Amino acid sequence: MKDNQLLEMIERYLNGEMTVEESAQFDALRKKDATIDAKIAEHKEFTTLLKQYNERLSLQSRLDEIHDEIDVHTLKDDLMAHPSWIVQLWRHHHSKISVAASVAIFAVLLTLYSTGSLTNKDPRVVPLREEIHRIDVAQRNLENKTNSIIKSDKTGPTISAKFRGTGFALTGNGYIVTNYHVINGADSVYVQNAAGESFHTKVVYTEPQYDVAILQINDPAFKNLGAVPYRFKKAKSDLGETVYTLGYPGDEIKFGPGSLTAATGFKGDTTEYELFIPVNPGNSGGPLLDDKGNVIGVITGKQTQTSGAAFAVKSNYLLKAIQSIPADSLNKSLILNTKNSLAKLSRTQQVEKLRTYVFMVKVYNQ
Amino acid sequence: MNNQLNVEIPSDSEVIIGILNNSDSVLKKLYLGYFPMILQLVVNNNGDEDEAKDIYQEAIIVLYNKVKRGDFELSSKLKTYIYSICRRLWLKRLKQLNRYGGDIKDFQEYLPVEDEVEKHEERDMQLNKMGDALKLLGEPCKTIMEDFYMHNRSMQDICERFGYTNSDNAKTQKYKCLQRLKKLFFQQ
Repeated sequence: MKDNQLLEMIERYLNGEMTVEESAQFDALRKKDATIDAKIAEHKEFTTLLKQYNERLSLQSRLDEIHDEIDVHTLKDDLMAHPSWIVQLWRHHHSKISVAASVAIFAVLLTLYSTGSLTNKDPRVVPLREEIHRIDVAQRNLENKTNSIIKSDKTGPTISAKFRGTGFALTGNGYIVTNYHVINGADSVYVQNAAGESFHTKVVYTEPQYDVAILQINDPAFKNLGAVPYRFKKAKSDLGETVYTLGYPGDEIKFGPGSLTAATGFKGDTTEYELFIPVNPGNSGGPLLDDKGNVIGVITGKQTQTSGAAFAVKSNYLLKAIQSIPADSLNKSLILNTKNSLAKLSRTQQVEKLRTYVFMVKVYNQ
Repeated sequence: MNNQLNVEIPSDSEVIIGILNNSDSVLKKLYLGYFPMILQLVVNNNGDEDEAKDIYQEAIIVLYNKVKRGDFELSSKLKTYIYSICRRLWLKRLKQLNRYGGDIKDFQEYLPVEDEVEKHEERDMQLNKMGDALKLLGEPCKTIMEDFYMHNRSMQDICERFGYTNSDNAKTQKYKCLQRLKKLFFQQ
């Protein structure tokens, strides 16, 4: 059987053009041969598709005909969401609008920057700052002036002493000897012991001729020192005798060893000894002791031309000065000690005992 | 909304019976009744009136074929069905054209119709293939195929029309044409 004959048979079979007999034969053939069955199915499908294609074309043309009757433009205008034209604009052109907006913002910023409007330098700020600075300076000047006025009003012992010297106890009840030149012209005189305690004193007697001054501690805080350990030697000391002194050339008590080098002082002054001893201006008024711990004089000064040479008032002139004190100037008894308790002690032990009786003399005046 | 939307909308059952009876007037009523709705959908979602027409006609064809096949059940309103098909088709088109902005502005409620649209598109592809094959076939084969298989003309008519001396020649010619058409169709 040729293919074209088979096709004709298939078409006749599908269209129902076969006789009952033929149809039965073809059914049998179809059951026997699977390829024929497949060909029938394929042909049927293909021709159906052709028919559908035709139907689609005709339906499409019918729809087009109907469509042509519609006034689409009017309808479209009516149906457009008019209130949201800005939304439509955004939907269609949002990328372009974004770019344009960015460019605009950039341009504005650039303009502001180039014209200086964007900087923080507000021209009004500068004069204001200068104004504040000016006020600040004025205020500081005022403050300085006020401070200096307040300072100049201050007086008394709060400021440091103008003059310093050394003094030592005559008795345990507060009589102290120093140099006249130390306290001369003073408004107030204080003494400070080795422990750093200051006491107010009163000048009881001065003997400018011997450069001697007698002070009395009249401070309520002062307590009796107890009997002084040294004796005041009446006799003259000999040349070459080993001597030493204690004094306050600085803030600390200082030991100064030396020798008695001459029986007369500066320019043959018979009231003084000449000494070879390391002393400084602060030592003035300090005690001059011999080996045994007897007071043989009061340090008075230093010869500037001769290095190492110092002078001390002889102790018997000190005693003379004490005896000349008017009795009504003394409200306490001034009885000198005659017993020496230092004689058998070593130098260091002597100094240890002595330091309680040696004072720094602080002089204040205006 | 406006006057245009006040056109007479046929009832759902009227449409179904009309389609089954090949009624031109019902098809026209159907088409005119729902076109504004779809035009509104498309023009407000990045489309123009020509695209609305394409989409709408495709949806009408889907409905038409479905009714013709006899498997259309009135489980939803016809209006909702048409809108859903159009919405789905338009979304696909927008994605193909890279015009989809991520959301769609809706005017009606809609149903999930993905499967139906998928089936329709497969069939549509087959039909387009057939159209292309027919174009490539050339005369006289194209007319013979159209006359015999589409317009159901008899071989007798075809013989006379093309001047074949006997029907066997015509049958042989028809057979050759069909074989060529099948070859063109399946080659694509």
